[in-house]
Amino acid sequence: MQKKFSVGKRFLIGVPYVWLLLFFVLPFLILLRISVTDMGSGVNPFAPLIDTTGGSWRLMLEFKNYISIFSDGDASSGPTIYVDAYKTSLKYAAFTTLLCLFIGYPFAYFLARCKPSVRPALLMLVILPFWTSFLLRIAAWKGILADQGVLNNFLLWLGVIETPMVMLYTDVSMLVGMTYVYLPFMILPLYATLVKMDLRLLEAAHDLGASPFRAFWLITVPLSKVGIVAGCMLVFIPAVGEFVIPSLLGGAENIMIGRVVWDEMFSSNNWPRASALSVVMIVLILVPLALYYRSKDAAEK
Amino acid sequence: MNATRFFEKYTSRFWLVSVFIFLYIPLLFLVVFSFNSTRQDGVFTGFSLRWYEALLSDSRLVEGFWLSLKVALLTGTLSVVLGCFAAFVLVRYKRFTGRTLFYGMVNAPLVMPEVIIGLSLLLLMVASQRLFGFPERGFVTLVLGHTLLGMAYATTVIQSRLLEADRSIEEAAMDLGCRPIQVFFLVTLPSIAPALVSSWLLTFTLSFDDVVLSEFLSGPGVTTLPQVIFSYARRGVNPSIYAAATLLIATVSLGIIAYSLYTLRQQKKLTSGLG
Repeated sequence: MQKKFSVGKRFLIGVPYVWLLLFFVLPFLILLRISVTDMGSGVNPFAPLIDTTGGSWRLMLEFKNYISIFSDGDASSGPTIYVDAYKTSLKYAAFTTLLCLFIGYPFAYFLARCKPSVRPALLMLVILPFWTSFLLRIAAWKGILADQGVLNNFLLWLGVIETPMVMLYTDVSMLVGMTYVYLPFMILPLYATLVKMDLRLLEAAHDLGASPFRAFWLITVPLSKVGIVAGCMLVFIPAVGEFVIPSLLGGAENIMIGRVVWDEMFSSNNWPRASALSVVMIVLILVPLALYYRSKDAAEK
Repeated sequence: MNATRFFEKYTSRFWLVSVFIFLYIPLLFLVVFSFNSTRQDGVFTGFSLRWYEALLSDSRLVEGFWLSLKVALLTGTLSVVLGCFAAFVLVRYKRFTGRTLFYGMVNAPLVMPEVIIGLSLLLLMVASQRLFGFPERGFVTLVLGHTLLGMAYATTVIQSRLLEADRSIEEAAMDLGCRPIQVFFLVTLPSIAPALVSSWLLTFTLSFDDVVLSEFLSGPGVTTLPQVIFSYARRGVNPSIYAAATLLIATVSLGIIAYSLYTLRQQKKLTSGLG
């Protein structure tokens, strides 16, 4: 009986464990390995790390893929396209996070103050677009924001503008698209913390003479800090690696790092550089992630 | 005070309504312009069903649909099974060698950019093909990639349900002489069934909608529906994809109506049973 149970337990742990080692950890190790190979000399990217030919042991590591990301050997030409792409990615991710926070915080706040009977329905309405294709909704924005698109035609008809505005393939379309996609990721954690808040605290603040604004700033905001941090992470991290939105709504100068990795892999066939670019991207994401887990741990204590 | 109340009430209404408009405008756009009579999407020129005809006779879209459906059905099922295993391990076994690593591996795909998951899996597939001669890039690699991501989501959903489940019922079953496997199938599984259903739907949808992983993992001649839509959308206006979107929106809406009716009936049953 006891033995049977332990076999079952081993099976239960073993199946997902082996699966994850095989399809998550191993691919990542291969990625790291390929990021330090030299592609130029026709070396097999899967060759062993230690070269034993010729009797002596040599460690085959090549860091030039990493160096070439940050400098192209010509100091006068400014930052490389890769550095530019990282900067663009971080810039859009940061602006998207701020916009989502600005739009999402009041929304989540008001939603949490609605009558309890209507809240589930409204929350459902926030989640509902999720279940229809994300790609198609982005494609729709392309039609809405085009020069001859619905929004321009509508504004022309209203007489607000005289000539169509150029919105598609600019910062405007990028930020609209990214904010649109990531807004629910900001709203849901904010709502979850705001709805749990004890409203008597605000009454107490009012009785003690605090203005509504002061009470909001000194009570509501600190109490929702966990939600703010979680929402910002859920928006910022995937936004850095965004691939589809810049392809559909971005212009030639809005190239983000996800796209560059794809191009290096499939257009230039430069696997080591694509791998090195990915490793740097992970490092960029790990920093805010570490901060997030630290604040989460602090909140739990 | 009354003035602030008044102000807050109307700001609240305004903000809620504006954000909902923002969230639903693209859906409205897709539905309206799928019935447009011309190709342009700035003006509605008249009602027609021509884009629905174009959609059904477009073999790339139709084949992509069947492929995506097959991939998503398999991905949903595999993800739920693996997610169920992983959630069980995380909730029930607090102490075993390598638990920290396990925890990290389960959650990492959720925060990893999809581009990197796609790239590293592609490198694995290429390495394995060089060593063992399989798998060909295509159906198998798509399912593997989608399931890796789907499992992480399924684990999170099932885990939270499992944490709430009442263990004393399981213990009672054990005391009454059930074997562990019977306890699992007769007690535990029914109690987490709603989480299994919702995680299956979630992973199915994720897979059916995925572009990034598929762009890395599909092979020549194997294109999922989102990949076809992605390439059409990049090239320019093609209302056939609006028609596809409208069909999708209709399906999802019907599903949600059916689900609401079902839960409403369950609730009624429950209250009348109690009364």
